[in-house]
Amino acid sequence: MYEFKYHRPATVRQAANLLVKNEDSKLIAGGHTLVPVMKQRLASPAHLVDLSHIEGLDTIEMKGRALVIGATAKHAEVATSATVRETIPALAELAAMIGDPAVRHKGTIGGSLANNDPTADYPAACLALGATIVTNKRRLKAEEFFQGLFATALEGDEIITRVMFPLPKKAAYVKFRNQASRYALVGVFVAKRPSDVRVAVTGAGSNGVFRVTAFEEALKKRFSHKVLDGITVPAEGLNSDLHGSAEYRAHLISVLTRRAVEAANAKP
Amino acid sequence: MAKISLIVNGNPVTANVDPRTLLVQFLRENLRLTGTHVGCDTSQCGACVVHLDGRAVKACTTLVVMADGHEVRTIEGLAADGAPLHPMQEAFREHHGLQCGFCTPGMIMTAVDLVHRKGHELSEETIREELEGNLCRCTGYQNIVQSIAAGAKAMAKSDLA
Repeated sequence: MYEFKYHRPATVRQAANLLVKNEDSKLIAGGHTLVPVMKQRLASPAHLVDLSHIEGLDTIEMKGRALVIGATAKHAEVATSATVRETIPALAELAAMIGDPAVRHKGTIGGSLANNDPTADYPAACLALGATIVTNKRRLKAEEFFQGLFATALEGDEIITRVMFPLPKKAAYVKFRNQASRYALVGVFVAKRPSDVRVAVTGAGSNGVFRVTAFEEALKKRFSHKVLDGITVPAEGLNSDLHGSAEYRAHLISVLTRRAVEAANAKP
Repeated sequence: MAKISLIVNGNPVTANVDPRTLLVQFLRENLRLTGTHVGCDTSQCGACVVHLDGRAVKACTTLVVMADGHEVRTIEGLAADGAPLHPMQEAFREHHGLQCGFCTPGMIMTAVDLVHRKGHELSEETIREELEGNLCRCTGYQNIVQSIAAGAKAMAKSDLA
């Protein structure tokens, strides 16, 4: 790891000022992506701005009709939060499937979204549930926030402060893990929302998380896995590597979407 | 350099560190607490697991500056020198939950955290799931799982948490 200067702001405003003042600075919260990448010398920021000590940035609460999760809420906190389990149990289940227990004690929702790893779980939830990502500057809809591999709409001095999830009628997330890395080879989040159905896929797309509109339209007519019979996902645009071909991933998307719909329907 | 103060195994510790110092480096090299091991150094194997504010974390992926003002517990902090072993340590001894022993400190710290979160009656399935982030290349896990189930029960009757 190369040298850096460490900053510990007490507020989001202070953190944003540090980003403006110091060129080549990076935010850190849980550090479970950034620290490994810095150890490999793939990243070498001159300044690290630590968000993990900003008070109130990890609050989980219902506000109006939305579940609001603070940016530094850890995966373990989302997984065990009574509020999340009552309102969007699929989101708590997703958080419980990230990494391992020690990773879940450090990794944060804001960090995961800002990183936008193409195999991360949270992006699928945000896209399917129609979440709004709130920053110190503005509100971004999930579909405008995610912009490809490790790319987001965030500007250099922009900090995610919280994520707002409108409550779905039903939802479920099903993940097929890569046996070695345990990341999602394919993960599918299905949400039946008051006005429509959304199906978001992580792990498979060569340009990151995406929606499967053909499945969404069929499921909007009737929310049953049976309506998916005969509809296939094209392999074009999907990842192909030693872990699985694009065709294999396309097949998995169909299988996992069915399982997710069944799981969503099985929830009380 | 950054000045840090933290509590390690109940003792206050103050030091001046390079901000890039990892928690595991600090524990091993500055404090000579070499029970916490570095296995993979990529947050996968769990040999470096310690408790930070009571929760299991991977010390190889934690900057010690970020632990400033917090509380750390390592394998050395489970039972006092010369005193009887912590029940989870004793269970690993009794049930032969180790061969080479390299992964053991991390296994035990993970197991103790698991008991704190999920209680004293743990199913085999729960234990195996919770060991997702701890690798052992000797035992095949069977005896580790048995050790943790027994240690969890024994912790219910012990004064050591």
